[in-house]
Amino acid sequence: MSNSTLNDRDIVFACRNLHVSVQDKDGTKELVKGVDLTVRKGEKHALMGPNGSGKSTLAAALMGHPSYEVSGEIWLAGERIDELEPHERARKGLFMSFQYPVAVPGVSVANFLRASLAARRGQEIPVREFRKEMTTAFTELGIDRSFMSRYLNDGFSGGEKKRLEILQMIMLKPVFSLLDETDSGLDIDALKVVSAGINEATGPENGMLMVTHYQRILDYVKPDVVHVFMEGRIVRTGGPDLPRQLETKGYEWLLEDSAVGSGGTS
Amino acid sequence: MSTKQNVASINQDYTEKYGFHDPEDYFLKAPKGLDHEVVEMISRKKKEPDWMREIRHQALDIFTEKPMPKWGNMELLGELDFENIHYYIKPKGEQAQNWDDVPENIKNTFERLGVPEAERKFLAGVTAQYESEVVYHSISKDLEKLGVIFMDMDSALREHPDIVRKYFGKIIPTRDNKFSALNTAVWSGGSFIYVPKGVKVDIPLQAYFRINAENMGQFERTLIIADEGSSIHYIEGCTAPTYSSDSLHSAVVELVALKGAHIRYTTIQNWSTNVYNLVTKRAHAHEDAIVEWVDGNIGSKLTMKYPAIVLKGERAHGEVLSIAFAGHGQHQDAGAKMIHAAPNTTSRIVSKSISKDDGRSSYRGMIKVAKGAHGCKTNVECDALLIGRQARSDTYPTMDVSEDDVRVEHEARVSKVGEEQLFYLQSRGLDPDKARMMIVNGFIEPFVKELPMEYAVELNRLIELEMEGSVG
Repeated sequence: MSNSTLNDRDIVFACRNLHVSVQDKDGTKELVKGVDLTVRKGEKHALMGPNGSGKSTLAAALMGHPSYEVSGEIWLAGERIDELEPHERARKGLFMSFQYPVAVPGVSVANFLRASLAARRGQEIPVREFRKEMTTAFTELGIDRSFMSRYLNDGFSGGEKKRLEILQMIMLKPVFSLLDETDSGLDIDALKVVSAGINEATGPENGMLMVTHYQRILDYVKPDVVHVFMEGRIVRTGGPDLPRQLETKGYEWLLEDSAVGSGGTS
Repeated sequence: MSTKQNVASINQDYTEKYGFHDPEDYFLKAPKGLDHEVVEMISRKKKEPDWMREIRHQALDIFTEKPMPKWGNMELLGELDFENIHYYIKPKGEQAQNWDDVPENIKNTFERLGVPEAERKFLAGVTAQYESEVVYHSISKDLEKLGVIFMDMDSALREHPDIVRKYFGKIIPTRDNKFSALNTAVWSGGSFIYVPKGVKVDIPLQAYFRINAENMGQFERTLIIADEGSSIHYIEGCTAPTYSSDSLHSAVVELVALKGAHIRYTTIQNWSTNVYNLVTKRAHAHEDAIVEWVDGNIGSKLTMKYPAIVLKGERAHGEVLSIAFAGHGQHQDAGAKMIHAAPNTTSRIVSKSISKDDGRSSYRGMIKVAKGAHGCKTNVECDALLIGRQARSDTYPTMDVSEDDVRVEHEARVSKVGEEQLFYLQSRGLDPDKARMMIVNGFIEPFVKELPMEYAVELNRLIELEMEGSVG
């Protein structure tokens, strides 16, 4: 695919020939070995794969995590963003729901949300307006209002953290969301609430990539396209029925079967 | 030399807001250096009773005899030149009870520092010290009617000699350390407070200390006595002009909380980074009394200060809540001492420090449980935050426990402004400066929320300025 098509406003997110490596004491290790991905407006993609396949690394690298060396191209809504800092990507509408959201003691959820919202929208939001928006989002996700004054992710349970991630997704209205193992640590009721939130936050104008180990969440958030990611590559791309196959057959057959790298939705 | 760098690094705002100075125009300026003649002169000018003059002269001998402390920052202490300090400066004019009677220059200085405004808004009394003398003093009529005494220490020595004589140097003896001896020899100004039995002072009293001259030594002496069942909140603030050579601030603060009394003593120390801040602070807490030191150290070149509480009576409670910020060229060597001298006494120390660039902060703490002090509980929490690779933090805790049925908890943490925290906040659109600021503000939040609102705002602003342009 030529780059010119990536300017297509119909494509909300894409990457081309993406390589991600990390430096450790043993030298350079390549974790993502050439990934191509194209997500069109209104599409929900799932990226599945066994533990340790590098799925979370891929998500963090797309968001711009400073620990990784990245080559290749990343496009968001027709613009290259691979040279941008994480906060610049966020302001342009990239969002990531963390598998392990980080605690920031002493900073209230409300203050944090207000600052994030102001950064995303490029202007301060009047207190009253902000309160209203926040209250609506809290109600929607069934989060107790006392959480507004609690310290960010500090002493939250796994489920509470995940709800707060999706609450941010709803409030920040991203163009494209990376959801990293959002279903992990959720009981079935919480999973339903969170899934409803995700569905609500994704409309015909934006897109998302759900990174997940299990297919459980995919019963509630129906993907249009499913990728299987193994050993740093997309080894298979299919439709909504692919997870069922994985459920029964596991992952290993895909490697044997391998038309490795034949993925791609184009 | 490091002093040059210090000056260069002081941010524009400090110079503008606090680092300015008035032209020197004094009634009396002692020549540099310290000897018995200077001590005699100070005491004579103040028309002091003989017993005080004798205490001063003895103190000078003790000061001369005592070696420099062997801890803290011996390198910086070694650079302190006692011969290059003015030990007494008396500004023109008499002490006023109305700002309009304060000499124009000095009044303007305190206006710029926002002291009269704070007084109008939320204080029940103010003293303002300029160099060696308190130039302004006020106390609300209501408090006066209740018998509360709030004045400068020199006036107290004249007007309430019996109380002063009873407590002066009894909490912190002259010999306690080199700098308590120095202060005792040349003390001038400071606050004296007496709160009568059962009187609760709900609105804070404040003292503001200002150094103006270059190579100035300021040695205020403060004594607060809260009689049985009374309560008081006292706040002190301080600033100085930015000079390329050193000044010295060495205070002695003695607190007495009698049975069931409650004293909270809050300090926001923001000296310019050419000031040595070597202060001795100690409290006696009698039966069921509560003493709290809320201690913020933002400024100075070197601070060595370890507020202490001697829990003398059963069930007395002591707290030290402190925050230190050490930026480029600064060393904050701060901490706390708790002496459990009676049964069932409790204490808590929360120490937070932020070190940035090549700044250095140390926590130096001591917990002592005396023989016979059964059933005591103490809890110490030290949190250090490092910003940048050169920043340094050290913890020196000492525990000396002579009883078995005592609960002692000590927790120390050092954290860096973490890459993961920064990345998380950045992924929500906050730029790295803003994200770092948010993490630091969160870190000091437990301290800030103990301050009256106006001070909380000011402290946050100060830290924000210190953080500007920092590299993570």
